[in-house]
Formats: sequence, C-alpha cells, structure tokens
Amino acid sequence: MPDLTQARQSVLEGIEASGRAGTFSLLPPLSRLNYRGRISTVGRVAAAFGVEPAMEPCRAAIFGDRAALWLGPDEWLLLAKEGEARSIIDRLAIALAPLSYSLVDVSHRQVALKIAGPQAELLLNAGCPLDLDRQAFPVGMCTRTLLQKTEIVLWRVAETEFHIEVARSFAPYAWRFLEQAERDL
Amino acid sequence: MLLIDCPFCGKRPELEFRYGGEAHLARPADPADLGDKAWGQFLYGRSNPRGVHAERWRHVHGCGRFFNALRDTTNDRFAATYKIGEERPAIPEAEGAASA
Amino acid sequence: MSASCRLNAGGRIDRSRPLRFTFDRKVYEGFAGDTLASALLANGVHLVGRSFKYHRPRGIVAAGSDEPNALIAVGSDVRFTPNLRATQVELYDGLVAQSQNHWPSLGFDFGAVNDVFSPLFPAGFYYKTFMWPKSAWKRLYEPKIRAMAGLGRAPTLPDPDNYAQRHAHCDALIIGAGPAGIAAALAAEAHGARVILCDEQAELGGSLLAERKATIDAKSAPSWLADAVAKLSRSAKVRWLSRTTAFGSFPHNMIGLVERLTDHLAAPAEGRPRERLWQVRAKEVVLATGALERPLVFPDNDRPGIMLADAARQYLLRYAVKPGSRAVVAAAHDEAYRAAIELAAESVEIVAIVDIREDASGPWADRARAAGLPVLSATTICGTRGRHRVSSVEIAPCRPDGKVGARSRLDCDVVLMCGGFTPTIHLFSQARGKLRFSEKLNAFLPDGGAEGIRCAGACRGISGLDAVVADGVAAGEAAARDAVGGRIEAVHAPVPLSEDEDGGRLEPLPHHRSPHRVKAFVDFQNDVTAKDVKLAVREGFRSIEHIKRYTTTGMATDQGKTSNMNALGIAASALDKPVPAVGLTTFRMPYTPVTFGAFAGSARGNLFDPVRVTATHDWASAKGAVFEDVGQWKRARYFPLKGEDMHGAVARECQAVRQSVGIFDGSTLGKIEIVGPDAAEFMNRIYVNPWNKLEPGRCRYGVMLREDGSILDDGVVGRLASDRFHVTTTTGGAAQVLNHMEDFLQTEWSGLDCWLTSATEQWAVIAVQGPDSRKVLERLVDDIDLSSAAMPHMSVREGHICGVPTRLFRVSFTGELGFEINVPADFGRAIWEAVFDAGFSRAITPYGTEAMHVMRAEKGYIIVGQDTDGTVTPDDVGLSWAIGKAKMDFVGKRSLTRPAMTDPDRKQLVGLLPEDPELVLEEGAQIIAELPADAKPKSKDAPIGQKMIGHVTSSYFSAALDRGIALAMVAGGRRRMGETLFVPMPQGVIKVVVTNPVFLDPEGKRLDA
Repeated sequence: MPDLTQARQSVLEGIEASGRAGTFSLLPPLSRLNYRGRISTVGRVAAAFGVEPAMEPCRAAIFGDRAALWLGPDEWLLLAKEGEARSIIDRLAIALAPLSYSLVDVSHRQVALKIAGPQAELLLNAGCPLDLDRQAFPVGMCTRTLLQKTEIVLWRVAETEFHIEVARSFAPYAWRFLEQAERDL
Repeated sequence: MLLIDCPFCGKRPELEFRYGGEAHLARPADPADLGDKAWGQFLYGRSNPRGVHAERWRHVHGCGRFFNALRDTTNDRFAATYKIGEERPAIPEAEGAASA
Repeated sequence: MSASCRLNAGGRIDRSRPLRFTFDRKVYEGFAGDTLASALLANGVHLVGRSFKYHRPRGIVAAGSDEPNALIAVGSDVRFTPNLRATQVELYDGLVAQSQNHWPSLGFDFGAVNDVFSPLFPAGFYYKTFMWPKSAWKRLYEPKIRAMAGLGRAPTLPDPDNYAQRHAHCDALIIGAGPAGIAAALAAEAHGARVILCDEQAELGGSLLAERKATIDAKSAPSWLADAVAKLSRSAKVRWLSRTTAFGSFPHNMIGLVERLTDHLAAPAEGRPRERLWQVRAKEVVLATGALERPLVFPDNDRPGIMLADAARQYLLRYAVKPGSRAVVAAAHDEAYRAAIELAAESVEIVAIVDIREDASGPWADRARAAGLPVLSATTICGTRGRHRVSSVEIAPCRPDGKVGARSRLDCDVVLMCGGFTPTIHLFSQARGKLRFSEKLNAFLPDGGAEGIRCAGACRGISGLDAVVADGVAAGEAAARDAVGGRIEAVHAPVPLSEDEDGGRLEPLPHHRSPHRVKAFVDFQNDVTAKDVKLAVREGFRSIEHIKRYTTTGMATDQGKTSNMNALGIAASALDKPVPAVGLTTFRMPYTPVTFGAFAGSARGNLFDPVRVTATHDWASAKGAVFEDVGQWKRARYFPLKGEDMHGAVARECQAVRQSVGIFDGSTLGKIEIVGPDAAEFMNRIYVNPWNKLEPGRCRYGVMLREDGSILDDGVVGRLASDRFHVTTTTGGAAQVLNHMEDFLQTEWSGLDCWLTSATEQWAVIAVQGPDSRKVLERLVDDIDLSSAAMPHMSVREGHICGVPTRLFRVSFTGELGFEINVPADFGRAIWEAVFDAGFSRAITPYGTEAMHVMRAEKGYIIVGQDTDGTVTPDDVGLSWAIGKAKMDFVGKRSLTRPAMTDPDRKQLVGLLPEDPELVLEEGAQIIAELPADAKPKSKDAPIGQKMIGHVTSSYFSAALDRGIALAMVAGGRRRMGETLFVPMPQGVIKVVVTNPVFLDPEGKRLDA
C-alpha cells in the first residue's frame, strides 16, 4: 500500500509559475477551520486557539501565524499553519465543552493568494467592486466579496498587501483573471 | 447597480446580494391547522405594492445573513434595512410615499 | 487644395509633428493634435460620407461627439472599426480611414437614386409598403431591406484586442472637464473630497480649448487651464481621465465610463488594453456636460460645407483650420455672430450674417457691424446649391407671419448655422431627474429629483464664462460638503439663471417652396426631414415617443443629439401645443456608442465563465475523456478508446461496472456539513425523511421539498456523529440548497443550535463501483473493515486510505456493490491513481457521467432536474416511502395534502420500453394514449388533436438489457402498467409499453454481491 500522505497536489499546479514577479502570487497551504457558533462561545475559542476572534464585523484578529477572520455574526474562518487542523480541533473540543458550536476542517476547500505592492488595490478593483481606499478598507479588514465572477475572502494584511481566499475549483479562474487584469496595470 | 446597506457589513454593491422575496411572512407554527385556502395564500399571496415594499435580501457573498429592507419600488430607494426579528421601522411619510 | 485651409499660427496642434494619413486611399497630411475631421477640413475635404437613406453627399457638421454625418471606418483587417465619428478620431501617423454607405465610390454613389425617388419613401414607408403579401416578408422584403440597411460594415474577424474593467469609488465624480467641470473639481478637491474628473476629449478644457481672448481669475483662459490641470495632476485626491465618456447613469450613483486607451496611438504597446470600462460609485455626481449647438432646419441644409457655427469657430481656434473662404452665417442665436467675428479676423470672407430674428440688435450684432460684417435681419434661407459642396444659398426677407419676400442668391463655400443650444442633460435624465422646459431658453433644464446628482454650467442653462466657472465652483463645494460631511462653510450658491436668455429657434426656417418638394433635414443621420415629422402628426401620431419611432427621428447612433429639440419643435407646432405638452423622448444609455469589447471585458474565451475542474481532470484529459458542462463544472462524460464512438464507450464502461469494477469522479456533488446538538431536528424539518433513528455511521437517501411540495433536491446523507451530518446535494443544486437551509435556520428556526458549512470543495469524491470494488479497496485501506457485516450498504466510516484521512461511504448509484471515497481535495489525484493502479489486475475502468446516467436509469433512480421539474412531488416519482409518516411537519408537508397534489391523474414516473428494442426515444418527447381511429401508425399527421398525457424524461440504450429504455412522467402512470402508449415523432409514431421504472435487479441483490 503506497503512503500518499505527502502527495498533495495544488489545483494551480501547471497554471501557477512559481516565483513570479507580479503583483500576485500563490501562498503555501494552510490549515483552515470554519467556526460557527453563538457569540457567547467565542471567548473560549481565544483561549484554545490563541487568537480572540473579532466581534466587530469584517475584522480579522491575528496572533503569530494564526488568524481569525470575521465572516458573519456567527462565523469565523480560523487560519493556521498546514497540518495543525487536527490538534486545533481537539484543543477546541476540550476548551468549549459542553457548549454547542460547529467546527469543520476546510483546509482543502480554498486556496490563498497574496496580492501585494503599490498596485494591489488597482489589480483587485479590476474585479472587486469594493472601495479599497485605506480609509474605507483599512488594514485588518476582511470580508467575503466577489472577484469578477468568483467569490473570495478579501483580507487586508498590510497597507499594500492583501490575502485572498478563493474556492479550490475557482482558483484557476481567479488566477487567469488576475493575469489578464495585470496587463492593465 | 443598487447600493444596499447590510445591517452587519454596511453599504455593499448589489452584486453581493441575493433577493429573498417579500418580508414578514412568518411560517405558520402548525401548517396542518391551516385550510387549503389559507395555506395557498401563505404560499402564493404577495402584496406587490407600488411604493414601499418590505422585502428580504441575503448578503450571500458577504456575511451570509438574511435581513429585511424597505425599498420603494418606484425609484429603488431604500428607506431602511434591518435585521431579521426586528420590527419594521416606521418611515416618514414623505420618504415612503410613492411618487405619482 | 492641400493644407491651404490651415492657418500658419495658433491652435493647439503641434506643427513640429506632421502626420500622414489616408482617407479613401488618398494620402493627406495633418498634425499631432488634429482629429480626423479637423485634418480633413485642413485639406479642404468636406465631403466625407453618404447619408443613410437617400445617399446624399454629406460633410462634417459638428466638432465633437454630436457629429451626425461624418461616420467613417478606421483601420483594416482585424483592427477595423466602422461608424466612428471623424470628429472624435484622433489623428496618428499611418491612420487609414474610409467613408461609408456608398457604391461604387463616395463621389458617384448608385444608391443616390433613392434621393431622386424620395417622394416614394415617406415616413413609415416600410410599414406601409411591405405589408402584402404576408408570405413575402420572410422570403423577399426582410432579406432585401436588411441588405440595404445599416451604416458601415461590421468587422467579420474576432476582435484581437483586450479590454479592461475597473471599479472605482469617489466622493465627487465630475463629468465634463470644461470650465465648469474643472472649477468644480478644484473646489471639491480643496474641500477634501476624493475626485474623479472625466472628459470625452483628448485634452481637458472643453470650450476653453477654443478660447484665446477670454480670461478667468485675471488669467488668460489657456494659462488658467494649464495651471488647473497641473494642480489636479499634483493632487493625490484627484484622478482625471481624458478620452473617457460617461455613457450611462445607473441606480444609486453608479456611473459607467469608457476610457479609450490606445485608439489614438499609431503603435500601441502589445497586450495593452484598448479600452477600460469604469464602474464608478460616486457619493456625489456633478454634471458639467455643457450644451450642444442646434442646426437650423431649412431646405437642403445638409450639403457638405454647411456646418454648425460654433463648431466652425472651434476648428478655427483649436485646430487652426479655416472651414472655408467665403461664409454665409445663418443666425437664430448670438453665438453665430461670435463665430463670424472670429472667422473674419482670420480673413474668412463673411458674405452675410443672415439673421432670422426680426431685429438683429444687441451687443453681438453691434460688434459684427462694427467689424464691417453685413448683417441682414428678418431674413431666411430658402435653399442651397452645390453638388459635393455648398456653392450658394438663396435668401429672402421674411415677415413674422412666415411670408417670404423677393429672393436673392449669395455665393459661398461654407454656411455656418446656429439655432441655439441644447443643454446636455442625458445622464441627469437617465438618473430619473426631473426636467422643466424654459420658454426663454427653448430648452429642457434639470429640475431636481436625481439624488446625489447636480448640474453645473451650460448643462443647466448658464451662459457666459464667468458665470459658468462660478457655477462650477458652487457645485464642487456643495458636492464635497454632501459627500464628505463635516464643516464646510461658505459654500457658494449656484449661479441664478439670467433674465436675458437667448433661446434660439426650434421651428424650421420659412421658405416659399412647396413643402412636399423640399428636404429640410431635422435628423441628418437617419435622413428625417421636417416634412416627415409633420406627416406623422397628420397621420395621427400625437405622442413624441410614437412620432420618434414612426419617423425614426433621434433613433440613429447619435440618439438625436442635434435633432431632438428641432423635431420636438416641429411636432409641437404641427400639433399646435406648447413644447412641454408634447414631452420629450426618454434618454437612454449609452451617450455615445460603446464597444461590445468594453462591456465584455475579460469575459471571453476561457474567462467567459469560471471553468471548474476536479482534481482528476488532467488525468481524464490525458486518457482522452470527452467532457460535458454541468453548470460551471467540466465532467468526464465518457472515455473512448481508439476508434470507439460514444455508444461503444458507454456500453463498455457500463459492462465493466456490472461485471468487475469501474472508477468515477463524483467530486462535483454538493456537500454540506451540518453540526450541532439540534442537527437531527433541523434535518427532520428540512427533509421529508426521519433522522432521529439513523445511527452514526449509517447513511440515508434524503429528499427535500420546497414549501409548495415540489422536490427541491436529493442526495445521500451520512451521519458521522449524533450531532454531525455529511449531506450531499446534486451538482447543480449545492448553492441553492445551502441558501434554502440558511433561510430556514436564520429566519424561522433561529433557536436551533446547529450550523452549516459548505464542504463541496473540501473533498474529492472517487466512486469505486462494481462487484470487485471491495477487493480493490481492501488493498489500500487498512483501518476500516470493509466486509458487508462490518460495513453494510448505506454506511459511512472515517479512516485512512494510503495514509490519507478519508470519509468512506458504502453507497451505490449504479445498483452494484460500491464505495465512495472522500479525501481532502489536494489528495484526490494521488488517491485516484492509487485506486486505478490497485484495480489494474481487475481491469478497473474509468467511466463517465453518461454511463452513470445509464446505470442509474436501469435502476430507476431519478435525477432531480432531469426526471423532475418544479411541479413533481415525492409520490409522483415513487418516493413516498422516504417520507417520515410520523413527523408532524417538514418543509412542504402541508402542500402535499392540497387537492391538486393528491389527484390520481397526476403525472407519475414509469418506465417505457419501445416496441422496437433498437430504438432509443428522444428525451422530452411527448406521449399520447391512443391513435385516432383513422390514423395509420406510421402517418406523420397522426397526433394532431391528441391529448398529451406525459413526456419522456430520460432515455438510453441499456447494454445490460440490450435494448432502449426510458423513464417518463405519465398521467396516472402507475395504473397503466403494461399498456401500450404512443410517442409521435417527425419520422412516425413510436409504440411503447409502460413498465415499472426499475429495469434491472428489482430486488437489489447486486448491491451485496
């Protein structure tokens, strides 16, 4: 029986040219957990996960290499290093018992891209209808939105750097769209 | 393209939303109690006003929440948006009146 | 005549950069800064096209986007664009332009016979003439008319360019960068607003580009403009866009702009977008769109050389071009005098200023007389002469009652006319702003009603440079105040409309000739004359919207920019009503034509729509799979071997699954994880099935309804734990089902403690089906007991496959023993290949959606959306067994007892076997119960008058049964077992026998093979 535990294959393999110099690039795999539950449970997430999820809409909280992104009033996306999903699930189970909540491993559901540089906003606005001015969309803001014909999670991690999450099967579209849009920078 | 004020996320473009039909049509607690006519009215009866319409939207490509809105069907202006479970707000006559 | 019309100095052209271009294969020279129109005029070329209907020679009329005549084609081969306005085409070296709408040449056009026979083509000609015989319309009239119709020639090759799109936001969007717009932009910026300023021209400045003596703020107009542009360019809060047309206004202050990026360049950089479509969301919009000059309507007012007076002034001052050497100026508005004075100063002979107004007095007339120009009051123009260029006009004195006196002739080579100005309120009106008619100005003016949109300068009837600038400042300040808020004090008030407004004229000029024999054009582009508009009124049209459509006035590509008000004036006087009582036609986007490319943007080729592929797509591709589109997904339909057709491949794939083992990618199925202590209760309410007794580790086929009782979706549900369900949906139904579930959870049952997470993309799903499937999997899975005892049909286990975590389902959509391996998606390809390798010795066969469809139909399994539509209940398709009878309620339950839902004659799912086993019925074919007594079974006409009692929903050739099979919905179908029904098809009527929809292994023995 072959051991295929190292046999991951990115959906962008063959599409993405690694080490490209453009405004966007592929980020390495991450652990992703979709947390849903009543607001009263969130405090205990902080203790086990190390990041206190924001109560304020559309805000991300970060600590070290972990982040909790507010996606809805009962929904947060927890991000951590690849391979940590199982242990986080176990730790949260202990910390949250006996409260009700939902935690689902969605590490493979999405792909993360980095959009960075002085033209990051322009590139995104080729397909994203939001106002990305730094006043309107400050560092730390995150939200589900659209990139042309696909849904994304958009998160401003720094003045000129965005992290986007796109569903796996839409990633090739998003990638090619950004390549096309980059010609207009 | 409409600009819709999500009660959670603020003003967002219509592209992020999905329309959800008329608001404040509560599902009967026990549908079996309703006669055929009353159930038919619940399923299909809609007010379809010319003027202010209470309707549901879902911020599907955003926070995912359903919410209610008062929109004037004659000019697409939103008088209010509010969370599910909140009372329909009273709106000033001038704003709510359908333009002739 | 070359270059003889160019002044030696002045204008905004760059004489150090001469450019060569060709027009109708003749080479000319112009300068950087020229438009094609100004360069042609500089070369003495006025004749630039033939008109749409009568093929009359036409020249350049205007200097901007309002040009109705000078539509030309630019480019060649793949980069060919017809119907561009020569007034907006910027000259570049090597530009190739052609005139349009003539054969064989511009000078001699055969189509001009239309002009001779024009009495035969009155308004409504097509409607009146091509009515009989009816049958001739499709065969004869329509093709002929289509061949004649249209301007220009559509390009036939795919567009090689790419087009960009961009979303933008600002506090103040200022449309039009003339004096009002620039003043507004400066003022808004000074008050802290984020500003976007756009203008359709190559340079900012608008009317200032043709000013040389005026001053603003004690600066000369050109230096004020240069300073302003420098200031705007320095500001981080301002983005200004030239060559950018605001073409449409959409709800909530969304404005569409199209920016032309490369059309003005001789050699654009490779790959650079040709145009950019902007979707601008502005808190406040300032329209500083100016006003358009109106032509005068007089007989033969369309000869080349007859142009708008202010346009002529712009050619002179901006492009240093004399439009002619001897000018007659026709005035109904004082701007005509200004043009005459400027032209006279550059030694254009002004033969006469012919003023229709009774008393040509006032400052402008005085200045003209002081300059020695002959001014004739109360004088009309009765006609013009000249074949390819105007050579003379006939003038006559006229009285206020329209009586015309003795005529005389004036020789000339250009006629300049000014009938007044029409404010450009297109975008304001598109935004549903209210308009009011000003009798003094003879114009509709903006009158509120458009939230967040204000007008400034000439587009709200303000005239005079100082007033226009002051009005722009006021509008910019107010926009900044309303957008940014805060404390902005001392906002200037908008400039009030002045009392001595000059409205020009809306009626045609009087003349002595028979109204039936003259052509006094109102709409140049669509060849509509004053006579046509009057005829429409005589024939009973009262509404301007109807008159517009009957005569086609204002319906050309310029949307009546120069013609609408004149047409309205003529209609109003023919109807004997005031203008506002006749009304105005609706303004619609786009202001000027927009390319399809700009609207499409990136949405072409492989970016037309997202193409979603599964983890095994490349593997299937390499195996030669033929794919089909299922929603946005690409799914392998079948895997043909060399020389094999679809029929052969599908039969082979089915046989492999039935006899040994097949492998199938089911990743596109929707998946939702439902978690929480109330998950089972939620499932009870959403699905028709009961869930309380389903043990963890077991699966159930679930059906959910809309509240109206019709089937919404179906799929296998696995219970992973007491508080966790793994739900599958149809491929196309995933988003809809999630929305449906969220709707009930959020709005009706918000007290339930359970939550939904979409997991469709998390899992790759590999179905391994067939009697050998267990043996294949046993080689790869070591921590799950796959035996029937430990893992019966309809169960789910969590464990590992090749070390990779899996949710392993034992389920079957084929009727065979089968498993569905769920692994995290990035492992999908590796696990697929491992299974394929492990099955090699058993000839494991990849199969596609077509074989899957055949096998499930053999088992009578429905596909929601194929065998069902929005009217089908569980009982209709034989799924009553799934309903939890003890449940008090679930979504759709109450509707199932409505009388129409329990009618025994409802359509029910049955199987059909064609009498001829070779035959495969067509999906969608209708079914009838009996043939008329006199019909022969093979007769084509048999089914006429027969009641259709059902239709075929699925139909295949079954290799296992060696015959055609079909599923169908037939009225009272379950009562009809064994009956013969008929399927009428164009080739003849097909006999079928009604059977149970389960064709194969009704006892389900093979599931446990």
